[in-house]
Formats: sequence, structure tokens, C-alpha cells
Amino acid sequence: MTYVRSTFRHPALPKNDLGYTVDYYEGSLSTLCAGCGHDSINAAIVQACWEMNIEPHKVAKLSGIGCSSKSPAYFLSNSHGFNSVHGRMPSVATGANLANRDLTYFGVSGDGDTASIGMGQFVHVVRRNLNMVYLVMNNGCYGLTKGQDSATADAGSKSKSGHVNLFEAIDLASLAIELGATFVGQSFSGDKEQLTPLLKAAMKHEGFAFLNVISPCVTFNNNVGSTKSYDYVREHVEVTGTMDFVPLMREITASYEAGDVSDLTMHDGSEIRLHKLAKDWDPFDRFSAINAMQKAKHKGEILTGLLYINQEANELHTTLNTSDVPLNALSQDRLCPGSGMLSKLNASLR
Amino acid sequence: MQESKINDFVVRFANVNGTGSASANALFTKAVFRMGVPVTPKNIFPSNIQGLPTWYEVRVSEKGYLGRREGVDLMIAVNPQSMKKDYADVHAGGYFVYDSSKPLPPGYDREDITHIPIPLMNLCNAEYTDARQRQLFKNIIYIGALSALLDLEFAVLEGQIADQFKGKEKLIEPNIKALNIGVNYARENFDCPLDIRVERRDLLGDKILFGGNSACGLGAIYAGATVAAWYPITPSTSVVDAFTKYAAKYRVDPETGKNNYAIVQAEDELAAIGMVMGASWNGARSFTATSGPGLSLMNEFLGLGYFAEVPTVLIDVQRTGPSTGMPTRTQQSDILLAAYASHGDTKHPLLFPASPKECFEMTIDAFDLTERLQTPVIVMTDLDLGMNDHVTDPLVWDDSRIYDRGKVLTGQQLDRIAAASALGARATSLIDAEQPTNGDAGGHHADLPGHDGSNETAGQPLEQFKGKFGRYLDIDDDGIPYRTIAGTHATRGAFVTRGSSRDEYGVYTEDGDAYRRNVDRLAKKWETAKELVPQPEFLSEPGAVATGSRDGVIYFGTSTYAAEEALEFLAEEGIHLDAMRVRAFPFGQACRDFVDAHERIFVIEQNRDAQFRSLMMIELGVDASRLISVLNYDGMPITADNIFRQIKGTITK
Repeated sequence: MTYVRSTFRHPALPKNDLGYTVDYYEGSLSTLCAGCGHDSINAAIVQACWEMNIEPHKVAKLSGIGCSSKSPAYFLSNSHGFNSVHGRMPSVATGANLANRDLTYFGVSGDGDTASIGMGQFVHVVRRNLNMVYLVMNNGCYGLTKGQDSATADAGSKSKSGHVNLFEAIDLASLAIELGATFVGQSFSGDKEQLTPLLKAAMKHEGFAFLNVISPCVTFNNNVGSTKSYDYVREHVEVTGTMDFVPLMREITASYEAGDVSDLTMHDGSEIRLHKLAKDWDPFDRFSAINAMQKAKHKGEILTGLLYINQEANELHTTLNTSDVPLNALSQDRLCPGSGMLSKLNASLR
Repeated sequence: MQESKINDFVVRFANVNGTGSASANALFTKAVFRMGVPVTPKNIFPSNIQGLPTWYEVRVSEKGYLGRREGVDLMIAVNPQSMKKDYADVHAGGYFVYDSSKPLPPGYDREDITHIPIPLMNLCNAEYTDARQRQLFKNIIYIGALSALLDLEFAVLEGQIADQFKGKEKLIEPNIKALNIGVNYARENFDCPLDIRVERRDLLGDKILFGGNSACGLGAIYAGATVAAWYPITPSTSVVDAFTKYAAKYRVDPETGKNNYAIVQAEDELAAIGMVMGASWNGARSFTATSGPGLSLMNEFLGLGYFAEVPTVLIDVQRTGPSTGMPTRTQQSDILLAAYASHGDTKHPLLFPASPKECFEMTIDAFDLTERLQTPVIVMTDLDLGMNDHVTDPLVWDDSRIYDRGKVLTGQQLDRIAAASALGARATSLIDAEQPTNGDAGGHHADLPGHDGSNETAGQPLEQFKGKFGRYLDIDDDGIPYRTIAGTHATRGAFVTRGSSRDEYGVYTEDGDAYRRNVDRLAKKWETAKELVPQPEFLSEPGAVATGSRDGVIYFGTSTYAAEEALEFLAEEGIHLDAMRVRAFPFGQACRDFVDAHERIFVIEQNRDAQFRSLMMIELGVDASRLISVLNYDGMPITADNIFRQIKGTITK
């Protein structure tokens, strides 16, 4: 592979409503392995942000440590990023979000970063319903340290070296629903058609939007016997439905096969149009979503699509009743009570 | 060496925790305070909710000594569990006040003390039928008895009861009644007042009675902190409690009813400091408060803060370690952990407040310093300072003070940096054309901040960026780079903050030279910090450093009260020592000068391993033989007597 990216752009490259071509949403050159699922996800993020006319500087990208956590460098180079410490991205994102509620917070993590070292912070950021996108690039192994099993590796799954994982997998999507996540989707890095609208809806969701994206590790976990290889995932994906994301004020142009269609209006007026394929569960119903996922797991399938959404729950700022003006924009005169108040306080302490 | 017992004694209350004794005992302290006499209370409490022994010790000192003093002149013993030891702890010539509803067991027969039996339970039971009332008013009754024995002005106590129950007036009368039961019993049965007693003075001026943790919480309000994240841990919890209380009072928008702050109780200390870093990175002032075990957990993030240069304010209310140690006892034993928290070459500025007033001021200073230096700043207080009330000077806020937000570039400034690039390119072409450049350069300057930029932070011409913003460029030659906040500019100033090595433009690198340039710049920033942090104070005039006293004394934080009292005792014996109170780490030139000017230096601190002394050896390169440790590490605040003994013992050896 080449380490020099061409700067040539076709003059006829289409522009979005902000006047930006898609390359404006790219990041620096990826140093991940050729064929890594993570790069496909990064491409979908770039595509989703471009199509949604997101202003990159109104996005903050955050991550922990690991291959996946390197990703924020590879998309949205005009956004601030914070590559923090292992498993602690949720707390950094929580603080950042509290400081400025007006940005879009995009967290990227991996299965080690979330399901092992970061499990404590993950479960708590879910229950606080922080307004952010939390995307796990899930490959079932530790890539940077050469392929050890992670906590999302399925029991019985075989690694490249022939080692068989003996422990039960943690199912992050089911767990997220259980903990009260208000938007839970699952997808596959090889399915950009599905992933891109999911990303768009997640970014528009007011609350915690969790995306568990199976993203095969081409170097350490793409072998026969692995349940996170490209081949295995392609064979076992059970697409629950297709979905379009219709941004506010945009005409609906796409047409879809007839089926069970339901529209969902998001807080800002955008719409999610769900084309359901699965018959036996309702993504607006937490119990049926959990049920469907358990059943799929039993059958060895990976359900993908928007699995669950709840727009009623309060995100953290609403719960804490914080000012509409971002806290980082409040001026000193609104924050400091001044000497007069202090004199009164001194008097009360005598 | 006591001549008069008026306004110079120690009273200790021996209670059972969870019985409402704390508020009754505080009445006593406040009454002495309101009579204009210096007073110092200490809570000595168990790590327990209900049922274990707890003590409250009050020193009354006409001379204004605010440290703890050894020995008890009057014991109020209302806890049978600890009574035997309490009895033994009374100084010869002192008084033992006890509940005589039941006779004392055999063995309580000291002849060198005066027994004052008061049938507290019987008095209470005769008056009240409700069990909880019987428990609560028993405390008030002994306060009443004490007021007669020690000559507290009844009107002062009445005034306090009225203040305390403002809005719940129904409770005033029964409390006054309980006080009177105690007063009457004491007057009828004993010669009141005793020889130890309180006499009204006017020694306190406009001083206040306030706790260090409350002062830190209030300081965070005044400093403009908007995000607090924390995990409950004794003895730091009341810092955030105070912040919460004052935020509800001062920070709710009167028009919208919305909060100009956010407080999150985190899942652990790791998350707490992570939230603080996220918020500070994103331009809000943010802090957390913790104690030793929490500080241990926060190490990894502190390293990130140091290396990625993220402002962070951490208030460490130290307690007795190691491990769980004695969670409700005091110590100054997190010094080395805090100074060098985290792996790799890291160090962190520490501030050492010695009074609640300084807790308030240094918390505010910590926010300015952390944003100026772009590195975590730790306020090193302790349980003694934090969880006890102290007589302290009134808190002061100067309305003309503007928060120092440090080097944060605005969108306009980023544009100007880029514009300088365009102009720079033109200037270069002019040079190429062999045109004179001087006049031209002047013209460019007018377009740069520092001349017309109202938001200019450092007053340095940003042309040093040479047209391109670099997050880790040291254009001011002080080791401190410029930062940008997310959302500032559509196309300029974005970068990835990371704990991994990066070059001057924030780009990941594993290049050894780039790494070394970066950590050398951080070392330069450390040098800058030395003169920015609060400077030491000298007990006598600064000139005293050079008076020729061979020995010097160094102390910090809550050792201050006792150290200064001990220095007076020593002076009375003809031992005169120069003294320096260190207020911050890193040590600047003033610290070095003091150390250089003395042959031998006593270092007073409250831990076993002489951590502060180690810090001086490491950072100032002082020869170990010149530094004599004066230590106390039993979990109780250090006393003047103890310091006096140790220093005198060494000097007269």
C-alpha cells in the first residue's frame, strides 16, 4: 500500500449544502492494516457526516486506546479529537459534553476498550443517557498486542494461532438495551449501505446512541473457526430491516420495496424510515428487542439494523437542568458571585 | 508553664457517634468564638455511622494559638465505652464531668482531678418522654452545665439557638429549656465558675469560623468552576457538598431557573477525573476532590493531563494512609504520590493551604494556574484543615480580578495567524525582489493581535506561528503552548489531543528527537511554573533569612499553627530560628535561597517517611545531612509541644 495520498480531486466532485466535497470530511491517512474493517467504518462516518451537512468543527471525536481508538485521527480532520486513556473515553466524553452541550460527541471504542477495561465507564455512561454516539468497532480480539481474545469473542471461536476461546462472550448491544440505552444499533463494517443511515440517525438521536459494529480483524481474527471473520459474519448476519435517514427539510427521494414501514420523527424533525424485515419484534419495545437478540444469539445469528430506540428518556443535560447556554460559554460575571455576596457570607460565619 | 487558666484550656467531649452530639458541641465552640476568644475545635471521629466513640476537642487560647495542644483540662465523659481512657486522659488538676445517673464503676478514684457528677440521663428522663429527645437534649443539658462551669455568657448561647433554628422557631424554646436545666443543676451543685473559664475579649476582630472543605467548595464557585465530578470519600466529600450548596445558592439562573453548573457523582475516581479532564479540555473550569485512595486511582489520568497538557484541578484532602489506613484521621502523606503521580517523567504543581482562607484562595489560584500552565494542579489540604472549623481571616474577593484563562486562541486569532502566512509569503517575495523590508514589517504588525486584539491572552505576537497554528509550539519561550477549544473555528485550530508522543503540530510521532523536544519543553514549562505558583512566606521579615541564624525551619499546610507556636516556645528559651512556610511545589528561587542560607534545616511534616524532605532533596539537591525531620504520624494533628520537644532535643544534644 502507498503512504502518500493523492491530493488530486476531481473538479466535478459533488458538494453538500455547506459547499464541502466529501474529502473535506476525511482525516489523516490510516495506519491500520490493509483491509481492516475499521477503515470501512471510518469511510461510512465520513460519508454520513458529509451527507448530513455536519460542520466538522461542531463535532468532537473521542476515543480510548486500541486500534479502533486510533480511528478519530482518520476521519474529520477539522474536528477536535481526544485520544484518551484505555477504557476511559466515556468519562472524558461526559465531561466534554457537560462543558458544551452544543457539539456532537462521537466516541469510538473497541471491544477491549469497552467490554473489558472500560466496562465500568461504559455501563455508567449508558445509564446517564449522555447525548453522544458511542461506536464500538468490534473484532473480538486485541489487535495491537497481537491477537489475544477479547471479552466479545464467542466461546469456541478459534484464533489464527488455533487457540479456542473458552469464555462466554459479552453481548454489548443486549447489555446496552438492558442498561437503558435509548438508541441501539448493530451493523457490520462490510455493509456501508446499512451503516451509513444508522450513523446518521445515531448522530441525530438526543441521548445515548450505541452502535456495535462487527469489524473483522484481517490480521489476527479472520481465519476459519473465528466467529468474527469476514466470511463468518457475512454468512450469519440477519439483517433486521433496512432503514433510511431523512434529514429535516429534505425531500424523500428514495423508494423501497413494499413491506412493513414505520416512520419515526426525531427531535429536530428529521425522520427515520424503518423497513422491517423481521416479523417478531418491535424496535420501539425494549423487551421484544432483547428477546429477539437472545433468540438470534441462540441460533448463532447476528442481528443487524436499528434494534431499539426510545426518544422519551431525558439526556443528561435535561436531567441535571443545566443552562441552555453551554457551560463553557458562561462569562465570569455570571459565574462569580462577587465581593458583596462574600461579605454577607463572612458575616454569617461569625 | 500555665499562669492563668482564663481563656487557656482544653475541653474534650467524649461522645457516641450518631447521637447528635456534633451540633451541641459546635454550640460550645461558637459561644467561645462569639465571646471574642480564639478557639480551635477538632473532630476525632471513627469511620462508622453509629455507635462508636467519637471525640470533640476544643482548645481555648487567649494567645491565639490555633494548633492542637496536648492534655485535657476538662473532660465531658458521656460515653461508657471509652470512659476508662477518657478518665486517664485528664490532666492533673483538671476536671472530669460525667453522667452520674449510675454510679461510677470501681477504680475511678483519682485524687489529682476534680469529679463533677451530673445526672444527665435522670435530668433528661424527668423532663422528656420521647427517646430521641432524651438523647438529643442530654447533649444540650451538658452544654448548659458547661456554660455555668466555664462562665459562657448565656445570652450568647441563646443567640446561637435562635440563629440555628431560624424558620423552625418551635424548637427554640425546648432547647433553651434544656440549657437552663444544665445551668441550674451546675449552679446548685458546684462552685461556678471554675478556675478554668472563658472571659469575654475582643481578640478576633473580623475573623470568621469556617472549615477548609467548605472554603475549597466556595473557592471553586468564585473561580467559575462549572463542572464538578467526584466520588464519595472521606474526608473530601464535604468539598463537593459545599460546592453543591453554594451552587444552588449562587448559580441558578434567576430568569430560567436553570443551573449554571453541573455536578456528577461518578462511578469511581477514575471516571471523576476523566470527566474533569473532558470538561477542562472543552473550555469549562472543572474540578474534583478526593483523598489518598482516590488519588492512587487517578494516577493514569494525571499522567495524561501532564503529557497532553490538559488543565485539571484536583483537591486532595489527605488522610492517614497507606491503603485504607485510618480514613478519619489526618496526615500529610500524599506528598510524593501527588508530586510525581503517574508513570514516566511526570510532575505536578502542588499548593499547600494552611487555613480555610487559604483553601479559598488557593482553590481559586489553582484554576488560574492550571489554565495558565495547561497541566493538572493539586491542592494539598488534609482532614484536619478540611473537616474542622478554624478561626480564619475573612474571605476576600477582588471584583477587579479577571480569571486567567491562559493561552487559548480565539477564531479571530486563528484567522490572523493564517493571514500572517499570506502576508509572510508576500514579504518573502518582496525580499526576493530585493526591496527594503523594515517599513513593510511594521505594517504587518498592525494586523496582528496584541495591537488590536481584545482577546489577546499573552500579548505575544502570533506571527511567531509563521502562518500555521501548532498546538505544541513554544512561541513564547516559556514552555507553555497555545491551545484551541473545540468549535472555535470552522477550518482552523483543530487537533487531536493524545497521551502518545506528538510533534509541535499535534501529529502522532515516534521520532526520538520530536519526543525529546516535547518533554524538554515540558521541563521548561516546569521552570516557568516555579515562579508562578504561590511563593513561600517567612515568619519574620524576609530580611530575617539573612540574620545569621544557623538553623532554619520549614513547614507547610496544617503543621503551620503548631510550628509557629513551637517557634515561640523555642524563642522563650533563647532558641531563635528562621522559618519558611512553603506554599507550593515546584520550589522557586525563594525556597532555594532560604535553604542555601541555612546550615541545618528542620523540616516539619505529618508522615512517617519525611516525604517533603525527600522532595527537597530531589528537587533542590539538598544534602540529606542538612535536613532534620520533625515528624508526627499518629493520625492526630501535630502539636506545638511535640515540635518543641523534637527541635529542642536536637539543638541541645
